[in-house]
Amino acid sequence: MTEFTPLMSLTGGMLIGLAAVLLMAFNGRIAGMTGILTGLLPPIATDWPWRAAFIGGAILGPVLLGSVGQIGFAVSVPTPWLVVGGLVVGIGAYLGSGCTSGHGVCGMARLSPRSIAATGVFMTTAVVTVFIVRHVAGLV
Amino acid sequence: MYRTISAGLIGLLFGIGIALSGMANPAKVMNFFDLAGTWDPSLAFVMGGALLVTALGYRIVLKRSKPLADSRFHVPSNRRLDAPLLIGAAIFGIGWGISGFCPGGAIPALGLGEPTAWIFVGAMLSGIALARAVRQVLDTRIAQTN
Repeated sequence: MTEFTPLMSLTGGMLIGLAAVLLMAFNGRIAGMTGILTGLLPPIATDWPWRAAFIGGAILGPVLLGSVGQIGFAVSVPTPWLVVGGLVVGIGAYLGSGCTSGHGVCGMARLSPRSIAATGVFMTTAVVTVFIVRHVAGLV
Repeated sequence: MYRTISAGLIGLLFGIGIALSGMANPAKVMNFFDLAGTWDPSLAFVMGGALLVTALGYRIVLKRSKPLADSRFHVPSNRRLDAPLLIGAAIFGIGWGISGFCPGGAIPALGLGEPTAWIFVGAMLSGIALARAVRQVLDTRIAQTN
């Protein structure tokens, strides 16, 4: 069980949205984590400094927030699953040109048909995967 | 320089938003997907809040001729629903369901000092690099046969 946190989640979501709007307003970029990360892997993109700065900021944010309050974190699956899950997430997000932030927030917000389709697909496969893992196979 | 500083500060805001929302918490993410079990609807509020602000903000921002710190908006123009998009999205969802981490949740989770987040991100970066390398080999082969 995890606690239902509508107000914190709504506030956090609105900050994520604000960050997406500001990144477009200042840098003219989509706030998609997969796209930003891809440019930092070899062959490294020539515009790597803004990408590295965004990632650095995104890591530092929770450090600052953690110094003023408790941030919930729990992993309910064994470590090998994280390795497999990480590989699968990386391959899928690269092949599908985006993840939750790029397609689910930025792309959906500008009504991109590709992002709407991608978000519908990955939300569905995630729900089906969790159903199979927890209720069919009875794991974790 | 200006571009790097703005991206850093905006990244900070993004990371705070992710941590506050619960997206950096894999157990919470998995419970959002577990409709038949310990369902936690919180993440619908994350998506709702983020989408509302982004949709409204983009309407204002994208009316301008260019961004404040760059010469143009780098917005994808492809509108075609092709196989890589749909297959990739399906694969990504499976990985998200297995682990509870997505890229935008996992990167800020690194700031929580949790070793599991670092393990996930290492594997995820390997996955991106692998898919990219395979695609480059395939693209070269296709270019040679044409």
